[in-house]
Amino acid sequence: MSGQFLIGATLILPLLGAGLILLLRRHAGVRDALVLLVPLVLLAVVLQLAQHHQQETPSELILATPIPGLDLVFLTEPLGLLFASVAALLWPVAALYSIGYLRANNTFRQSRFHAFFALAIASAMGLALAGNLLTLFVFYELLTLSTYPLVVHNGDRKSLCAGRTYLGVLLLSSLGLLLPAIVWTWAAADTLTFTPGGILQGKLPDSQLTILLLLFLFGIGKAALMPIHRWLPAAMVAPTPVSALLHAVAVVKAGVFSVLKVAVYVFGTDLLGELDVSHWAFGIAAFTTLSASVIALRQDNLKRRLAYSTIGQLAYVALGVFILAPLSLTAAAFHVAAHAFGKITLFFAAGAIYTASHKTEISQLGGIGRRMPWTLAAFSVGAASMIGIPPAAGFLTKWYLLLGAWQSEHLAAILVITISTLLNTAYFVPIIYTAWFGKAIGQPPPGEAPPMVVIPLVLTAGLSVLLFFVPGPLIQLIDLIPGTQT
Amino acid sequence: MNWDAHLAVYAVVLPLLTAPLCVLFGGRRLAWLLSLTAALLGLLSSIGLLYQVHQSGEIHYALGGWPAPWGIEYRVDLLSAFMLLLISSIATVVFSYAPRSVDAEVGPNRQVGLYAGMLLVYAGLSGIAVTGDVFNAFVFLEIASLASYALISLGSDRRALTAAFQYLVMGSLGATFILIGIGFLYMMTGTLNFSDLALRLPAVAGASTTQAGFAFLTVGLALKVAMFPLHLWLPNAYSHAPTIVSTFLAATSTKIAAYLLVRVIFSVFGSEFTFGQMSLHHILLPLASVAVISGSLVAVFQDDLKRMFAYSSVAQIGYILIGISLNNHEGLTASILHLFNHALMKGAVFLALGAIAWRIGSVRLSDMAGLGRRMPWTLGALIIGGLSLIGVPLTAGFINKWYLLDALLLHDWWLLLPIIALGSLLAVVYLWRVIEVSCFRPCPTDCQRTEAPASLLLPTWGLAFANLYFGIDTRLTLGNAEAAATVLLGGAR
Repeated sequence: MSGQFLIGATLILPLLGAGLILLLRRHAGVRDALVLLVPLVLLAVVLQLAQHHQQETPSELILATPIPGLDLVFLTEPLGLLFASVAALLWPVAALYSIGYLRANNTFRQSRFHAFFALAIASAMGLALAGNLLTLFVFYELLTLSTYPLVVHNGDRKSLCAGRTYLGVLLLSSLGLLLPAIVWTWAAADTLTFTPGGILQGKLPDSQLTILLLLFLFGIGKAALMPIHRWLPAAMVAPTPVSALLHAVAVVKAGVFSVLKVAVYVFGTDLLGELDVSHWAFGIAAFTTLSASVIALRQDNLKRRLAYSTIGQLAYVALGVFILAPLSLTAAAFHVAAHAFGKITLFFAAGAIYTASHKTEISQLGGIGRRMPWTLAAFSVGAASMIGIPPAAGFLTKWYLLLGAWQSEHLAAILVITISTLLNTAYFVPIIYTAWFGKAIGQPPPGEAPPMVVIPLVLTAGLSVLLFFVPGPLIQLIDLIPGTQT
Repeated sequence: MNWDAHLAVYAVVLPLLTAPLCVLFGGRRLAWLLSLTAALLGLLSSIGLLYQVHQSGEIHYALGGWPAPWGIEYRVDLLSAFMLLLISSIATVVFSYAPRSVDAEVGPNRQVGLYAGMLLVYAGLSGIAVTGDVFNAFVFLEIASLASYALISLGSDRRALTAAFQYLVMGSLGATFILIGIGFLYMMTGTLNFSDLALRLPAVAGASTTQAGFAFLTVGLALKVAMFPLHLWLPNAYSHAPTIVSTFLAATSTKIAAYLLVRVIFSVFGSEFTFGQMSLHHILLPLASVAVISGSLVAVFQDDLKRMFAYSSVAQIGYILIGISLNNHEGLTASILHLFNHALMKGAVFLALGAIAWRIGSVRLSDMAGLGRRMPWTLGALIIGGLSLIGVPLTAGFINKWYLLDALLLHDWWLLLPIIALGSLLAVVYLWRVIEVSCFRPCPTDCQRTEAPASLLLPTWGLAFANLYFGIDTRLTLGNAEAAATVLLGGAR
């Protein structure tokens, strides 16, 4: 199978899935089977694509040329394949979970939900495989638009209000900051194609490069660098499967992925090393991770605490880029996968807890681990990954981050990472302690949530542990990214 | 008879002759049929004309065989042919949409007059697009405007009469200014032909009469273009007129006025005189920027959707004027492209609104709760048009926004960047208001599927689809816009 065919299949498959789901909306059984089948086929296609890339040459697919000199083009490269693989791997798991969750909670309009879910994944795939900034921007916007109906799915006043914040912040940043940044890059560099070593070397004076980088960092609102972070807690109003896959994986990863692409393939690590603004960017990322962790400490709602934890964890990726050490860049790319596996587990668990016991606040979770051992075990693994304790994958991220910081003698980074790790511990460990050893409050849940809800979260926790023990293939892929080294 | 030789005039002569035929024969169905035929033939001839211009360059057609500069000459270059294609396509789409919409909004005994009036507007606008004589342009402008005043008054709302009267007064003001400007130019150069004026004006450029002529001409055109603050006629005219009239005018009449402004600036006076000596951009840029912001801002607070999108048009015209005032290739390309794309966007939006009005009898947002479930296809077309107005990628509106931003950034116009961005964001707000009410509020009664009929839906989706198509395959629109910009900037002095 040619690479071009595989790229096309990666994009069309979720779209076809969405269409079929809508057509079959009256036949719940067949529809749900389709909801499980399409992600599995997509996973096979993406893995095949990754293999094809490693064995042969990168594949390229040009869709159209809306602007002379600028194509809508897809190109396989290691970072994109990493993101696509993570999303494709987690989609079937999330599909299983969402079927179980929606059914158990008697949610209405399930077909519309699954269809937009598939559209969001299609946008994420397009973004992952984008070959230039224009294509990236197109699918970045499509991702925002296709996830909006999912955020406001419940249709009540609270959801609509939150949806307003979601759309407002993301569109404001992308149309107001990111689009001008992209056009500016085009005006300066005459190309937008992602190139190893970047395309801006020598094209603009340093002062303008400073503004351009800041425009990119704040324009890529999905990376949730403060103050462009309010959309993430607002999006927690969505049903938990949405929070899990989209706001732990697809949407936020799309954000940090775009930051990584811009840093590595538009600016280039060498150019970033020469610029002063890299230190400011480090400062912004550091501030984000520390403040998010502090805010997380004060949240009693479980999903909100996880949301702020996500903001802090995403900032690690930005941190990894702007420490300006090859190993830290490796850590940043690695965290795309590690955080995805860990966070999705945490959100799945939160949803399972809600499904089984209707509890949403941490203060209500006393003793729940004794009634829902599997769920809380998985939650503990996810939390360990976030804190950075072996045997969870997050440990490797912290390891590479610190090693890179030590090698480039970036003492501020070491300090920030240490403090944030302590803060992570401070807001995760109490949850686990209360859940396992606390006194039960109110009605205890009858038991675990239904199997279709519990199995996925055990699977993703397992993936987190697996990634810790077998990071080899992933590291191999990451090593192909220019600027990294292990 | 060599049909090809007269392609330049068909789009003008056909509707001009068909209009009295409609009135002569009477009968509204026949009138509609005649109009649609005239529009289709006009479309075919405009396609042929564009092809001809691509093959053999600028076409000079002497009307009646009288040679220029004494005779009236039609001078068709790429920009003219492109604009003619635009007018003919919109006319065809609007006429195919017409019957059910007109039946619902205009009384049966006035429909013949409506079709005749639309044909006259069509003829007038086509004439402006192809003519090479400035007084001829004025005549056609008046033909189109007078017919527009009458058409607007045919709206079912009583306020249509006052709106038409307001437009009549302001429009006549504008026309008078244009006439005075033409008079001054004629006084200084002795000619009315564009090319001839272009040759003779440099010699008299220093004279205050020439400068006064320029001033009168641009102000008059600015009023016709609905540039802030001379736009006050537009919201009333668009919201109270019958749907096909609003659509046709929104999509074409201000565009043709903008075309004439571009012609006057670049082909007659030349960019050196306009931007160097007269510093027109010092006036246009601030006013256009205010138009963008204030138009979008006022649109956000409207309950009547036709009014909302009328104010949106004021903002979009602001973008077009910004692009023109930048006086560089990218800016001019962006504006010419925007002329075409805006016709597609606003056309789709107004046709969708017409379908909604046909079904529920109102275009007020407060009456549209849950409409997305009752009329999904209609609302889909409306949303696509709206997304194009915002400039979401994969729509036509994205391409011209891109070029405008490119023009700003290449030439260091940093100050205008936040204005363009703010305009887009405000467009998000007002479109989002429509989406929230129609898609996320429960239906007041039941949510039965009561879609608009196919004869209304198909033309609407034709335009909506065009928005998407020309956002991806831009060879026709962008190719012609870029080539036209090159000709205007290179060929002009």
